[in-house]
Amino acid sequence: MARRAQPLTLAGIGAAGLVGALILGTAVAVLAEAGRGRLGPADWAALRFTVVQAGLSAALSVGLAIPVARALARRRFAGRGLLITLLGAPFILPVIVAVLGLLAVFGRSGWVSAGLQAVGLPPLSIYGLHGVVLAHVFFNLPLAVRLILHGWQAIPAERFRLAASLGFGPGDVARVLERPMLRSVVPGALLVVFLICTTSFAVALTLGGGPRATTVELAIYQAVRFEFDLGRAALLALVQIALTGAVALAALGAAVPDGMGAGLGRVVARWDADAPMARRVDAVWIGLGALFLLAPLLSVVLRGAPGLLDLPGAVWAAAGRSAVVALVSAALAVTMAFAVAVAVARLGRRSGRAVEATAMLGIAASPLVIGTGLFLLTFPAVDPVTLALPVTASVNAVMSLPFALRALIPAVAAAERNHGRLADSLGLVGWRRHWRATLPAIRRPLGFAAGLAAALSMGDLGVVALFADASSGTLPLALYRLMAAYRMDDAAAAALLLLAASLALFWVFDRGGRGHVEA
Amino acid sequence: MLRLEGVRIRLGDFALAADFALPAGALAAVLGPSGSGKSTLLGAVGGFLPVAQGRISWTGRDLTDLPPGARPVATIFQDNNLFPHMDAAANVALGLRPGGRLSAAERAAVDGALERVGLAGYAGRRPADLSGGQQSRVALARMLVQDRPLVTLDEPFAALGPALRAEMVALVRDLARDAGRTVLMVTHAPEDARRLGGLAIAVGDGRAAPPVPVAQLLDDPPPALRDYLGG
Repeated sequence: MARRAQPLTLAGIGAAGLVGALILGTAVAVLAEAGRGRLGPADWAALRFTVVQAGLSAALSVGLAIPVARALARRRFAGRGLLITLLGAPFILPVIVAVLGLLAVFGRSGWVSAGLQAVGLPPLSIYGLHGVVLAHVFFNLPLAVRLILHGWQAIPAERFRLAASLGFGPGDVARVLERPMLRSVVPGALLVVFLICTTSFAVALTLGGGPRATTVELAIYQAVRFEFDLGRAALLALVQIALTGAVALAALGAAVPDGMGAGLGRVVARWDADAPMARRVDAVWIGLGALFLLAPLLSVVLRGAPGLLDLPGAVWAAAGRSAVVALVSAALAVTMAFAVAVAVARLGRRSGRAVEATAMLGIAASPLVIGTGLFLLTFPAVDPVTLALPVTASVNAVMSLPFALRALIPAVAAAERNHGRLADSLGLVGWRRHWRATLPAIRRPLGFAAGLAAALSMGDLGVVALFADASSGTLPLALYRLMAAYRMDDAAAAALLLLAASLALFWVFDRGGRGHVEA
Repeated sequence: MLRLEGVRIRLGDFALAADFALPAGALAAVLGPSGSGKSTLLGAVGGFLPVAQGRISWTGRDLTDLPPGARPVATIFQDNNLFPHMDAAANVALGLRPGGRLSAAERAAVDGALERVGLAGYAGRRPADLSGGQQSRVALARMLVQDRPLVTLDEPFAALGPALRAEMVALVRDLARDAGRTVLMVTHAPEDARRLGGLAIAVGDGRAAPPVPVAQLLDDPPPALRDYLGG
């Protein structure tokens, strides 16, 4: 369609350009500095550890997700919808809150260790490789279940009906229908989880560390904060870029299933899974999965509630800073996402794709690498502490932009398709068109995207750790400091506050998008 | 003989009653307006829908509570009759048994069935490489190798053009007669019912009527069917 360039289209191209400049610019800054660094054996160990833990985490998450997804795909029970909704919750759950919950359940003085000691066995310790993998499985098992459940539900109901008419048993259904589906879905799921696990700084920071359990990102952080060896940090950042870039390219090649999509509520009629044994097996998998997800959160609530009102003032101040950062970050993310979505809808196929792809770069970028680049660029001129919050808000916005785009691009395209010609015929152009025609039509995904961006930013513990000191940090950083000081009751209370704030931010925006009329 | 005794099927607000017998070897067309319950009737016979009341039996054997795969019923649906990732021969072979390797005799049976439906030489084609009519033929070949005396077809050729549809109905008629199968075929085209050339079951007003010769039903239709047929 030949239309003259609209201001918002230009803004969209500009937003995508800004994202590209931030990600590529920081990469260049890193590259320029990297020549002065040298990598030691500890750094290569960090690379090995990163790959090993990500591989283990991906294999375990996806391996365990298969039976859980199968059980959810073929069983109908009260609370099924709620459980599937909860599977989406880890996405907006602050990592450090989950880590605290996992420590309370699986840690040295946690519930499981207490049970082991009662029968004379030694307690567990979840620091190191198994702790990092445990936390990654906690976060990625639900994602993998959603991805694989999606695959199961993509098998048309008619296939199961045909299988039933041919007298297929469970083994036949598995061989003819389910395994071919898994063969196409599992590689993508493995790659997605692997990619996420190579860039999860907060888990490595809290549960890793030491010569045997340091990831590349953690090594970058230590090089900047403790050794102030910026050349080595830059070289490590380069290693991280190469690693995530390679995995992201592989993930692009594999068909990555869509885990955000709707339609997971459907239960297909099955005639092959009625055996009592199959029912029991499914019940056990669903029960274990739910327990694994809910017990850590329950422990945070139980332990944190008593101390919530006695939290030190510094923690409340950090919470206030976090809320401001989250709101600014959400505003930035949805503004950029809206502009990019309009530009993608207006521009031709090829340039639209290019703008979209640039804006999506954040999905494979490491916030720690961006942070290192920004640190290198600004540190000679400005005190990092004064930049901590603006940098955190912007980097968080760039990181949540891909998710906001996933929600907004189809919505804006649909709005244009449905009412674009009507708006044209009414002479609605420019801002008035967006205000009167487009925004009302995309209110729901807009609210969802804003909620997601705000919650992700509220709970993020990443780039802020590079820049901030004790008096300027966010709530996740304050919580980390409490944990590091072994003030576990205060930490639990701060975790509960952080959890409540993240969920509340998501809920308020998402609810706002749904409007007042329909529930 | 297929016997439906005091059968009632409920789907939400909708209910269908059926009480009739169909002799073994009969070819019966099931006719009636859209939404009258033709597919519901077949779903109950095939075991895909539960029966609220009554009893369905085949030569004295009670089928009412059997799962679809355990019934002596071969089903051909309106679409999705073939697994898209398997070639024609593999799809037909599923009628012999769902798993495992075929013996030489079984492979010969599969080839014979494909030849019988006019698809000799198409064994290695996947459904995507076959036309709509050829896909229906593969499903019919599978029906031939299935050791199931009763065959239900739910508007299997609705997506085909008139000439091709006529050809396919004639093929169903010939195959069923040769193999001694009993057929229940839903159709919305009276000419298909005539071409099948046997009995007809009128479905309407919440009831499936006992089978009568097709000419008798079409030449003197009951009021509900008359409105549907028009003219």
